[in-house]
Amino acid sequence: MPVLELRNISKNFGAIRALNGVDLSLEPGEVLGLMGDNGAGKSTIVKIIAGNFLPTGGEIFVDGEHVQFSKPLDARQKGIEVVYQDLALCNNLTAAANVFLGRELKRGIGPFQFLDHARMIKKAGELFVELKSETRPRDLVVQMSGGQRQAVAIARTRLTEPKVVLMDEPTAAISVRQVAEVLDLIRRLRDAGHAVVLISHRMPDVFAVADRVAVMRRGSKVADKLISKSSPEEVTGLITGAIDVA
Amino acid sequence: MSLDARQTKPAASVAVESVLGNKEKTIFQRLLSAQSFWVTIALGVMVVVMSILQPEAFSSWDNFYNITRNFAFVGIIALGMTAVIITGGIDLSVGSIIGFVGVATGVMLQAEYSWWLSSLVGLSAGLLVGLVNGYLVAYLNLSAFVVTLGTLSIARSLAIVLSGNKMLYEFGPDADIFNWIGGGDILTIANPVWLLVVSTIIFAIILNQTAWGRYLYAIGGNEQAAQATGVPVQRIKLQAYLLCAFMTAIAAVMLTGYNGSAINANGTGYELRVIASTVIGGANLMGGSGGAYGAFIGAALIEVIRNSLIMAGVDSNWQGTFVGSFIILAVLLEQVRGRRRD
Repeated sequence: MPVLELRNISKNFGAIRALNGVDLSLEPGEVLGLMGDNGAGKSTIVKIIAGNFLPTGGEIFVDGEHVQFSKPLDARQKGIEVVYQDLALCNNLTAAANVFLGRELKRGIGPFQFLDHARMIKKAGELFVELKSETRPRDLVVQMSGGQRQAVAIARTRLTEPKVVLMDEPTAAISVRQVAEVLDLIRRLRDAGHAVVLISHRMPDVFAVADRVAVMRRGSKVADKLISKSSPEEVTGLITGAIDVA
Repeated sequence: MSLDARQTKPAASVAVESVLGNKEKTIFQRLLSAQSFWVTIALGVMVVVMSILQPEAFSSWDNFYNITRNFAFVGIIALGMTAVIITGGIDLSVGSIIGFVGVATGVMLQAEYSWWLSSLVGLSAGLLVGLVNGYLVAYLNLSAFVVTLGTLSIARSLAIVLSGNKMLYEFGPDADIFNWIGGGDILTIANPVWLLVVSTIIFAIILNQTAWGRYLYAIGGNEQAAQATGVPVQRIKLQAYLLCAFMTAIAAVMLTGYNGSAINANGTGYELRVIASTVIGGANLMGGSGGAYGAFIGAALIEVIRNSLIMAGVDSNWQGTFVGSFIILAVLLEQVRGRRRD
């Protein structure tokens, strides 16, 4: 059974048709590359899955259960976590503080609840080790490399056992060496059984890490096939419209 | 689908212990990089120098009593201001809140209401201004600078209207106890100083040990990120302005008791001294940093310098020049330190 399924999703912004009857499904432990040119509808799909937008039409299923997300928290409660393009990190806080931001561990009695620093640092450290990242929980994010920052943002999604992790352009703004680091992080998410949707412009990244690629063009899905059965040339053609459908 | 179950092989190159044991900075290094530490040193040096130069006048108990009481009022407000400044905001209305709260309390006392009811009305008047500040900044996204500049004018004007532009000093049957709360002392330490010390400890706990405090820093660091991760940004910001107004109102009630009278001009120019204290203590006006001890020590430094200047025979009219220069100097220092970090 797919962990996430979109059926006939459409989205209109006034007279503009952003999505046009899109079907998409995702199996547990699968990495799906979602590709398309600017304005093809990638971000709209992500925002619908993440609960930022309500779709105009169509249905969403998580583990076979029909769901409706009216805000990001709804999606999070159903096991959908998002790594935003800008990572949503606070530079002035430590890695551990960022991982637990909004979900702090506390201890205390009644109304007197205090931060449990020790437990948060330990748990964040464990998450970084699982991700094989040499990020230290007590370091301030401002001092970190792009790859380490990505690890912090990804560790955040692992506080719960998410079913699906959406990653919006995770490799757009970092150096080549750090890209390899981030792709490793994605593989580890997959190995831990999480389904990953990788939204990317970068063909090599998608072909390096994804199991399947879906291509969007002008609000419709024009291809959805295994990476092993496709090629960068074909995908490029699909994105630009040189190849109509595949 | 537990991760732990799947992680049968030992986690390759880095063990948890090595990561956790690897502290980024030692406590000593962290101390050296804290502005409040250097302000403490500067304060210590000033006290030593002044004690040598003016052994009789400066290092007398009376002078200690006066200095501590004088900066207590500013320090109490600076704590509340720190919460606002950490979120990246500012509250310029605190000086006017002092005038408004003082007059509101004075009017009640003059009408022969009890000290506690009068104080409660005064505190409510302060919270009302804080509510307006916080609502407009947090929920309507107006600039904190403009909003609190507006309430600076409004609260002062209300104070003048409410007082009929007269001094209020007939404080009724509870005058003695009311004046003692603000002007008295316990164990030879002035009451507002006790309040400052207790408040500083409470604020240190709130800022460092509670989720609410952490959210202040998160909002100041990256408001969009805080929002995206589920921090109730608007509520926290509103509460920060309420807290600042509350601390100001408490200081104002005590200041009224200490003066034994309420005039609408009370607290004029306080916003500058309060903001100077927090900034000198290490708060960054861009948001994201600052602390309770910094507010305390910043207020102390300004007062000791002011006291020393008076003792050195410098005309007290120069005070504004010094306070203003300190604000600029502190911001300049922060800029230099920030550049080095990048």
